[in-house]
Amino acid sequence: MAVRRSDPSEMRLSEKFWQVSWSMILLLCLVAAVGFAMLYSAANGSWEPWAIRQAIRFAVGMVILLSVAVVDIRFWLRYAYVFYFVSLFLLAAVEIMGTIGMGAQRWLDLGLFQLQPSEIMKVTLVLALARYFHSIDSEDVGKITYLVVPLALILAPAGLVLRQPDLGTAILLLFGGGALFLLAGVRLWKFAFLFFGALAVIPVAWQFLHGYQKKRILVFLDPESDPLGAGYHIMQSKIALGSGGIFGKGFLQGSQSHLNFLPEKQTDFIFTMLAEEFGLVGGLGLIGLYLLLVVYGFAIALQSRSHFGRLAALGLTTTFFLYFFINIAMVTGLIPVVGVPLPLVSYGGTAMLTLMFSFGIIMGVYVHRDQRIGRRWASQVE
Amino acid sequence: MQREHARVKGFSRRAALLGGGQALLFSALVGRLYYLQITEADRYTMLAEDNRISLRLLPPPRGRIVDRHGVPIALNQLNYRAVLVSELTPDLGATLSSLENVLPISERERRRILREIRRKRSFVPVTIKENLDWDDVARIEVNAPSLPGVSIEVGQSRYYPFAEAAGHVLGYVAAVSEEEQGADPLLELPGFRIGKNGVEKTYDLALRGKAGSSHIEVDALGRVIRELERDEGQSGQELVLTIDSGLQDYIVHRLEGLSASAVVMDALSGEVLALVSTPGFDPNAFNKGLSEETWRDLVSNSRSPLINKSISGQYAPGSTFKMMVALAALEGGIVTPDQRFFCEGYVELGDSRFHCWKEKGHGSVDMVSALQQSCDVYFYEVARRTGIDRISEMARRFGMGTKLGIDIPSERDGLIPTRDWKLAVIGSSWQLGETLLAGIGQGYVLSTPLQLAVMTARLVNGGVAVEPHVTHDLVDGESALRRPDPAFPDLGISSASLAVVKKGMDAVANTPRGTAFRARINEKGKEMGGKTGTAQVRRISKWERESGVLKNRQRPWEERDHALFVGYAPYQNPRFVVSVVVEHGGGGSKVAAPVGRDILLETQRRIGGEGQTAVAGDEPARRDG
Repeated sequence: MAVRRSDPSEMRLSEKFWQVSWSMILLLCLVAAVGFAMLYSAANGSWEPWAIRQAIRFAVGMVILLSVAVVDIRFWLRYAYVFYFVSLFLLAAVEIMGTIGMGAQRWLDLGLFQLQPSEIMKVTLVLALARYFHSIDSEDVGKITYLVVPLALILAPAGLVLRQPDLGTAILLLFGGGALFLLAGVRLWKFAFLFFGALAVIPVAWQFLHGYQKKRILVFLDPESDPLGAGYHIMQSKIALGSGGIFGKGFLQGSQSHLNFLPEKQTDFIFTMLAEEFGLVGGLGLIGLYLLLVVYGFAIALQSRSHFGRLAALGLTTTFFLYFFINIAMVTGLIPVVGVPLPLVSYGGTAMLTLMFSFGIIMGVYVHRDQRIGRRWASQVE
Repeated sequence: MQREHARVKGFSRRAALLGGGQALLFSALVGRLYYLQITEADRYTMLAEDNRISLRLLPPPRGRIVDRHGVPIALNQLNYRAVLVSELTPDLGATLSSLENVLPISERERRRILREIRRKRSFVPVTIKENLDWDDVARIEVNAPSLPGVSIEVGQSRYYPFAEAAGHVLGYVAAVSEEEQGADPLLELPGFRIGKNGVEKTYDLALRGKAGSSHIEVDALGRVIRELERDEGQSGQELVLTIDSGLQDYIVHRLEGLSASAVVMDALSGEVLALVSTPGFDPNAFNKGLSEETWRDLVSNSRSPLINKSISGQYAPGSTFKMMVALAALEGGIVTPDQRFFCEGYVELGDSRFHCWKEKGHGSVDMVSALQQSCDVYFYEVARRTGIDRISEMARRFGMGTKLGIDIPSERDGLIPTRDWKLAVIGSSWQLGETLLAGIGQGYVLSTPLQLAVMTARLVNGGVAVEPHVTHDLVDGESALRRPDPAFPDLGISSASLAVVKKGMDAVANTPRGTAFRARINEKGKEMGGKTGTAQVRRISKWERESGVLKNRQRPWEERDHALFVGYAPYQNPRFVVSVVVEHGGGGSKVAAPVGRDILLETQRRIGGEGQTAVAGDEPARRDG
């Protein structure tokens, strides 16, 4: 490292600022720029109504990212539970007074802007779990009694989100949390046990799914059985992707997207539009950018000298990975349509801000990579 | 520190595991994209094009039909209709109300419009009213600001300016029925019309033309974005008829009020100049769709306006058949022209008595005077001697008893009886009395007015087997598919025999005792010859004859005799022939002959000046263009 590495707790703000990985910032900007271009195209070659707002949000998000990155990493450790419970409270509030949007209760109207607590939960859950596993002895991870609390931390918000209903976020929470269990060193046989347990629960869970969720899963298994009904979206998405070919139809030339055969092209199906207009080259290009971001996340986690930093960085990276994996797998027909946006590219305010927040944490871990934090540090200062 | 080291080691291992898992999922995505965008690209490209491009057929304009002088008798008229696009109308109720001030809309129509608007998607135009006249169009255009979403669309519909006059020749066009659906995609177009009768049916394929197409880009709702490609197709060919529309119109008016038919033909070329059947029907009504009431009237009318009597009506030819008997006898060497027979008003055969129309009898008659006065007894005797087989054979050579192949559908055979026919169809052997009846064109003998005209033509054109047709040629852009000059075979009748028969027919209309003398043409050079006929439609009983036969006027319409006349003019050098049949009209000489005279006179006045091939040289300009 070219820059001098002193004790991070004693770094001045400007020093921290120079520790920020600007190449990663560039990567984020590139991904976001792809998003702006596609939103511009989705509006048939207009900055209104999506691209311009997305750009403003990204700018705001960048400020958040940089602010979060320079905050002492121990701050996030100390208040991890607080953030978690505030999010959980908001999530519960959505249950009670959330406004109905897009057929599901996901938004909380805060007067100034609409908040989607489930998005925030994705970050705060990882932080809370990271703090929990940071705090316990590594031998204790093997004990089942020590796993009850983190399990509850995952299941409580997952259950609430599922009630909204938002299957996509619930899956993100479950798998993102699960990744932290894995990283914390929970025995693999326990995962196997859970996996088979889940398989056994599927028939029961099926009963609790909403009609449209059941239909989506059934249609996923055979989308062409119902090309004009429930299979329409995924069928049209596959047609758009397939007809894009290697180099695509050209910017603003996607017939499927611009003639409205493609549904929700500015949100969940934006990847389809990209791959229709820029072909395999464009699709793989964006996936490549995502891959680089994930690699950065891994590298940052492995460099961190604190367990909390490692867990938080890799937990959030994994959540980010799950985000775009589920979205792309969904629009390419690999998995059922569950309603997960494409991170940093899909139009959506809260998602953009929370993603930038989580990259802020990852960046914070990078900035404070040499910061050692004792296992009991948080409880000592409290 | 040791413990921390183990923790880092464990974390790294698990991070590697997680990274491995993610790499696996990454490759799944890449593989999936490769599969969709490379392996399956062609299939999905096709599906995307299917989505995007919608093919619309453009109906070609139907070919015009013109008469021998180029006067259009079937053409395409612009049909203005008001349509409403509901997505362009902010307040449907208000628009409809302000439209009602301009264009009367009945409550029923209003309900239909609202129903269609609800059913169709908001950008699909809904027809408000069809067949608008200019005033309506102008009023709508002027009020356009208060009628958002309302516009005028132009379509084409078939129009027959002569209406009833030419209905039977032209036929009509109507919507395609299910059994008519075939390979031509045009037939599936909503509102497409095809020929259902007359020359519209015979030449339907040529008149129809070839469909054009328009490739349009549509969005997911089917809304048209833009036209990508357009093929105008090929409009239908123009059909030139041999009909003289003015003459046709004249005859229709001459026969007004009668249930009758008349055929005028060029004796040399077989060109049919007029083909009339009254009462007629208005083919325009079929195009627009008949009301149930009109249809009931047409079908239940006892004078059958829908039947083209000139080719589908079959009548006993009566005395107009006598030329066949005379020719059969002459050609068979049975009688000589000068051979005389005595008419005392009837002949007896076994128990039956066969009456002449003239109760007191004609006295001694030879062939010419028998034709001139239409003596029945003479022809009973000649028929008896000649035999049915010779008579039938002669009638068939003159075109009777079979279809003549005119290019209009629904032509009938008529009937020329033979011994074999009677045995096969009736099931009993031929009786001599039936030969006598056939000798005066009664009994089993049936013929169509067209057959009578063709028979007359073959008699006066020197025994050449002309065949009738109503179309002159099909004009296809630059090339005209001309009908080849007719080279009809000779019938092989001696000109001496033909001359005798013609002399008799000349006498009919030009000598004082001729049955059509009162209906003669006095104009120099236009005089006609011919033969009258009166066909009984019922048997006159012995009792009725003794108590005095009722006059035609005293009988109910259905029991009155059919009046017939066949004629030709000018008699010195015949060019035109006519046949007239007036159903239940009474006597041929009183009713049919005057009609025949008027028609022949009018024909000569209209076409007399033309050369032999009237149409051929007339209008080179049209065919060049």
